[in-house]
Amino acid sequence: MSQYVLRRLLIAIPSLLGISLVLFVVLALAPGDPFSELATNPNVPPEVAAALRARFGLDDPIYLRYLHWLSAMAHGDWGFSFVSRMNVDTLILQRLPATLYVIGSAQLLALLIAIPVGVYAATKPYSLFDQIANTLAFVGFSLPTFFTGILFILIFSVTLDWLPFVYTTDVKGTGIRWVLEMIRQAIMPVAVLGLFQAASMTRFVRSAMLDVIRLDYVTTARAKGLGQAKVIVKHVMRNAMIPVVTLIALQMPAVFGGAIVTEQIFRIPGIGSLLISSILSNDTPVVMAVTFVFACLVVLFNLIADVLYGWLDPRISLR
Amino acid sequence: MLDKELRSMIGDVKGGRMDRRAFIQRLAAVGLTAPLANQILALGGVAMAEGASPYKPTKRGGGGALKLLWWQGPTLLNPHFATGTKDQDGSRLFYEPLACWDPDGNMKLVLATEIPSTQNGLLAADGKSVTWKLKPGVKWHDGKPFTADDVVFTWEYIIDPATAAVTVATYRDITVEKVDDLTIRLNFKKPTPFWADAFVGATGQILPKHLFAEFKGSKSREAPTNLAPVGTGPYKFVEFKPGDLIRGVINPDYHMANRPHFDTIEMKGGGDAVSAARAVIQTGEYDFGWNIQVEDDVLLRLEKGGKGKTIYAVGGDTEFIALNFTDPNTEVDGERSSMKTKHPLFSDPAVRKALSFLVDRESIKKAIYGRAGRTTANFLNGPEKFVSKNTSWEFSIEKASKILDDAGWKPGADGIREKDGKKLKLLYQTSINGPRQKTQAIVKQACQKAGIDVELKSVVASVFFSSDVANPDTYAKFYADIEMFQIPMSQPDPAQHMRRYHSSNVATKENKWQGTNFPRWVNRDYDAAIDAADGEMDPVKRTALYIKANDLLFNDTVFIPAQHRLKVEAAANTLRPVISGWANETDNLFDWYREE
Repeated sequence: MSQYVLRRLLIAIPSLLGISLVLFVVLALAPGDPFSELATNPNVPPEVAAALRARFGLDDPIYLRYLHWLSAMAHGDWGFSFVSRMNVDTLILQRLPATLYVIGSAQLLALLIAIPVGVYAATKPYSLFDQIANTLAFVGFSLPTFFTGILFILIFSVTLDWLPFVYTTDVKGTGIRWVLEMIRQAIMPVAVLGLFQAASMTRFVRSAMLDVIRLDYVTTARAKGLGQAKVIVKHVMRNAMIPVVTLIALQMPAVFGGAIVTEQIFRIPGIGSLLISSILSNDTPVVMAVTFVFACLVVLFNLIADVLYGWLDPRISLR
Repeated sequence: MLDKELRSMIGDVKGGRMDRRAFIQRLAAVGLTAPLANQILALGGVAMAEGASPYKPTKRGGGGALKLLWWQGPTLLNPHFATGTKDQDGSRLFYEPLACWDPDGNMKLVLATEIPSTQNGLLAADGKSVTWKLKPGVKWHDGKPFTADDVVFTWEYIIDPATAAVTVATYRDITVEKVDDLTIRLNFKKPTPFWADAFVGATGQILPKHLFAEFKGSKSREAPTNLAPVGTGPYKFVEFKPGDLIRGVINPDYHMANRPHFDTIEMKGGGDAVSAARAVIQTGEYDFGWNIQVEDDVLLRLEKGGKGKTIYAVGGDTEFIALNFTDPNTEVDGERSSMKTKHPLFSDPAVRKALSFLVDRESIKKAIYGRAGRTTANFLNGPEKFVSKNTSWEFSIEKASKILDDAGWKPGADGIREKDGKKLKLLYQTSINGPRQKTQAIVKQACQKAGIDVELKSVVASVFFSSDVANPDTYAKFYADIEMFQIPMSQPDPAQHMRRYHSSNVATKENKWQGTNFPRWVNRDYDAAIDAADGEMDPVKRTALYIKANDLLFNDTVFIPAQHRLKVEAAANTLRPVISGWANETDNLFDWYREE
């Protein structure tokens, strides 16, 4: 087992190197540079932008810049943002709590809705409950988050005036008031994201369950006289969860990566909004760091998913 | 032109026969009022008046929290590294210049005690030096005294090329010396008619020597104070998260009486302009929203029964369509739009003239800019004093068609005009931005009716405004026939703005397209006017030279102004912000208050 994990980690190294190379080259070849805004200001002489480009090494050939980046990264130096001249790791750590809180809660909400609803719908296929759940799921994943987000703002902020739509990181008050305020401002973004995720996940859980529930061993279990609850939870669910675990594992990096659109709508200072503003201002070190961390997380969670398979289904052996 | 009249009026003011107010009103009558009208008096020997303050509160603090919404949040807090106005706005909460500009373009004193004039002896008669007296007893937020050393240091810090300060253009041609602890003198190499640039407004923010001394030059990035400013301003720094949030608290030792009004300040970043307008005007979650470039219908709808309103400030920003005087489709020595070529269509002045009749500025105002725009024929739209009265514009497809007919451009079989085998087909580029694409559509429609085929092209703003040499889509390379954008005018003086189109500044491959004259228009009379104005100390002659320069641009149809744009902000109904078209939004923050 530990050998398997070690081997997988070693295999990850060349693929991560490859990913970083592709990312770096694409970013370097993309048009625009972080000092373009200076060019439109008649007060700023062109030499300033040129000097900054030279100082931050933007005029070096791509391979040199890549090697610099790589060796710095190996030493744990993530570089600094051209736009705010702050270290990239500080910048990312500053944004991480909001993303973890909002996106994490949304994923949790999605799981809490999807698994019970999906499982229950699969046990009674084509019942009224199943029909309703299916319809709602279709509606849910057909509506994009930028639409539901604005719809929620119009209903709950503008018309009813119940919830704020600008997310603030420095909530006033302490103790229970602080907690309540944090929950209040997260309700809309969490609901928008969570319901969207829940919709597609419900359909997935339901079909995974349906695949398993018809198998012979389930009939055998029932024939042994086991109760419905025990059959579903211990026998069906455990096997049906394998594809679901893959899906969830692949969505976990998104918890860290943030949700670009939703974060923008509700002004949540998370990784997603950092990524989009960095892309817009051509702040390559930040874009590079965020996308690379994202790639690492995808590799890592894939590995975790594989390890979980072994636990869920002992027939899958890890060699 | 107005030389004699003005001179006798200045004499009257000096002799006390006419009061200042009457003088300004007379100037307004002849189209000469505005920020520099006061500088005329300063140079004519009468001191510039300080702008009046609308500030009412009679005690410091008590205004509660001031919540500002900047939909592009500041990303760093060193004003001399600012990549955009947003960073200057954020820095200005904490740092201060010697003086700033009020909404009428008058100077307002901040860290100085007196406005320099020849009368009080602070402004040299030859225009080659200016002396500033600093306010005594001012303290930095950490308790250290503010002195002339800080001002001199700020200059040294900026002009060090290794610092790579974006404000270097303002400071590199001057020297700053300390006269005594509370007096500094700026020396200019040549007579400088507009002396109120260094240490004034957003680019004039003064840094504390004791905190930045170690971080001058190549170490400038490492200064911890880049992200945690210690200034002299009305609010003290508390917290900064780049792109997201700035927080500050009242400075109890602030050097202006009864100011500031608010106990805490918060500047939130992120999102977009429309939802920012909504958060201020409709739900009242925030007190002030910055740069609300939103369609007027949307704003009017939000304002109905809302909690806030929009406010406007007049500056000199002109949205223009520039014409390419070189050929973008012919490559000479590896360079398109080369100075060795002539534009095949625009080399005929009739085509340029006809095009100016096809830009329906009234429709652009009605359909797009609304209250935030004014129609104009001029490229130079401010300060008032410099605005030419000799020009006019008209939208007329008939006139445009007639001009083209007379010049021999006849419609071909496909309805597109042609002459000598050249078809009137234009490529029209701009950056991606809602109002710009709508303006493109309005112009294209009119052109089609007049038999000109227009192809539209929109480029992402970060690419269009990039200085990247390898990029073919920048405004400076201008690989199109016409292009549209605006160049903000950041100070109440046209010198920098107009110098860009001097023939020595043409953008070419040789200067990596960093030359500022992107239409690549060359006119000896224009060069002469700009060169003369640069050293002209007589304000009246100087004004006349800039008006002449504007008229030359107009007569040659180098630019077709689409709209004179105003600054648009959103504010809560009870907030009394002070916003100047000649300064950053936070430049007059010390005068903001809330009316209960």
